[in-house]
Amino acid sequence: MNLHAIAAIYKFEMARTWRTLFQSVVSPVISTSLYFVVFGSAIGSRITEIQGVSYGAFIVPGLIMLSLMTQSISNASFAIYFPKFIGTVYELLSAPISYVEIVISYVGAAATKSAALGLIILGTSFFFVDIRIAHPFMMLVFLALTAITFSLFGFIIGIWADNFEKLQIVPLLIVTPLTFLGGTFYSIDMLPEIWQKITLLNPVVYLVSGFRWSFYDVADVNIFVSLGMIGVFLAACLLVVAWIFKTGYRLKS
Amino acid sequence: MASIISIRNLEKRYDSGFQALKGINLDIPDGDIFALLGPNGAGKTTLINVICGIVNPTGGTVEAAGHDIISDYRAARSLIGLVPQELTTDAFETVWATVSFSRGLFGKPRNSAHIEKVLRDLSLWDKRDNMLMTLSGGMKRRVMIAKALSHEPRILFLDEPTAGVDVELRRSMWEVVRSLRAHGVTIILTTHYLEEAEQMADRIGVINAGEIVLVEQKNELMTKLGEKRLTLQLQEPIEQVPEALSAHALELDDAGQALVYTYNANDKRTGINSLFRDLDHAGLRLRDVDTKQSSLEEIFVDLVKAPTAGNTRNDA
Repeated sequence: MNLHAIAAIYKFEMARTWRTLFQSVVSPVISTSLYFVVFGSAIGSRITEIQGVSYGAFIVPGLIMLSLMTQSISNASFAIYFPKFIGTVYELLSAPISYVEIVISYVGAAATKSAALGLIILGTSFFFVDIRIAHPFMMLVFLALTAITFSLFGFIIGIWADNFEKLQIVPLLIVTPLTFLGGTFYSIDMLPEIWQKITLLNPVVYLVSGFRWSFYDVADVNIFVSLGMIGVFLAACLLVVAWIFKTGYRLKS
Repeated sequence: MASIISIRNLEKRYDSGFQALKGINLDIPDGDIFALLGPNGAGKTTLINVICGIVNPTGGTVEAAGHDIISDYRAARSLIGLVPQELTTDAFETVWATVSFSRGLFGKPRNSAHIEKVLRDLSLWDKRDNMLMTLSGGMKRRVMIAKALSHEPRILFLDEPTAGVDVELRRSMWEVVRSLRAHGVTIILTTHYLEEAEQMADRIGVINAGEIVLVEQKNELMTKLGEKRLTLQLQEPIEQVPEALSAHALELDDAGQALVYTYNANDKRTGINSLFRDLDHAGLRLRDVDTKQSSLEEIFVDLVKAPTAGNTRNDA
């Protein structure tokens, strides 16, 4: 194990966060606060409790998930795309470092950042609504698993993308719609029956539901199904990453 | 001398079908400065990129200090430093941070004293806290060399290191290369400045269209292939080569001021003695005599142009 290399990349990536502190941390916190103001206070005051939880508190897990997923993807995809774009990837490819180590360092750094951001948003939400966390340990497990899985997914996007448009297209056209339709701002019970069925095809539903369960003990789907789904997605991402490195796809000719 | 890089039947065919390397066999002796020459698109960069792990070979093997570059890539790559042709650096990192990063990436523990020495040798010490984006092109080139040297490699690849670099920087870079060689580092460089290869290299390899055309000690190459030109400056201009000298391969220069005789210094009979005898008979009086060894550049152009040059292959 080339631990020095893992440490070097991890430090490099974390240093990038500090340089871009405003963009990395402050702006997601601001936009999440806006969601609280608009959905939680302005609109939420007119919505009755959902599953015994006030609407403002109900949306907190969903909002954290929303940031966690989008930030994991953008952190990890940019981290590997940018060296390819400016050419510094040559150094990574010529270094005595294995693919596993590359993934650990890049995905580890991206997941650390987004998980930290998720906790910051959680902290921010205490200022707006009353929150209780029924299963703190499981909350952290969901937080960590989601951060890692979506950082892996972002890493794949970053390798696949050969221009800035492709880098943005998956988060914009797939992830954001799935997140908004994944029960972030509502319980799927509130949907018409046919849409309740269709929405179960959306993987984000399972993540938000499981994460919300760790807060309020209420869930749209069984908690083990949630864990199983995230496990499946994690395994799928790992398989794709393994294939990428085996073939050198978009990295080596 | 033991070879530190040994390449056997190395092939690279790109997905496009283009065969960039056609069965390269090459040994590079430990501690040499090896200059790889070849026209654009000859395969120089592909060869370097395969050795360094950036391009996958489609056939053959490469060993660096006895370590296969694929099955034993960790050991092989940690011995190698690479300065690629293109200037690619991060923008917002400082010089110190980026060079330290490279050291870590190559699996070496922190060593501030070594990084400081590298930066001082390359006159980068004053710039250590500057962001890379604020540096000039020449400074960025130095940073890339510093990155390649950060992990104390035994083998250093310099791909066109002096392209687009001013004279002063070029000289100081060659100083660094010489001092590395003195410390036992093997240096493999590609260059378009043949003059530099001529001055710097111990051994020269010529690659053309994916094949090694020739590998030779520089001095032997120079003498072996070296034609010499003997220029005879005349006291009085003449209009044509006199009849009495027609037996010799002489050319008259434009103004009729000089006769130029081309010969090979390695030939048993250079024809110089008989030429001088005949000159005397023809009654020509000389003002000055000058001989010139052909430069590497002329040799190189001859090799790459002549299709039969492939016969002179020599696997050192």
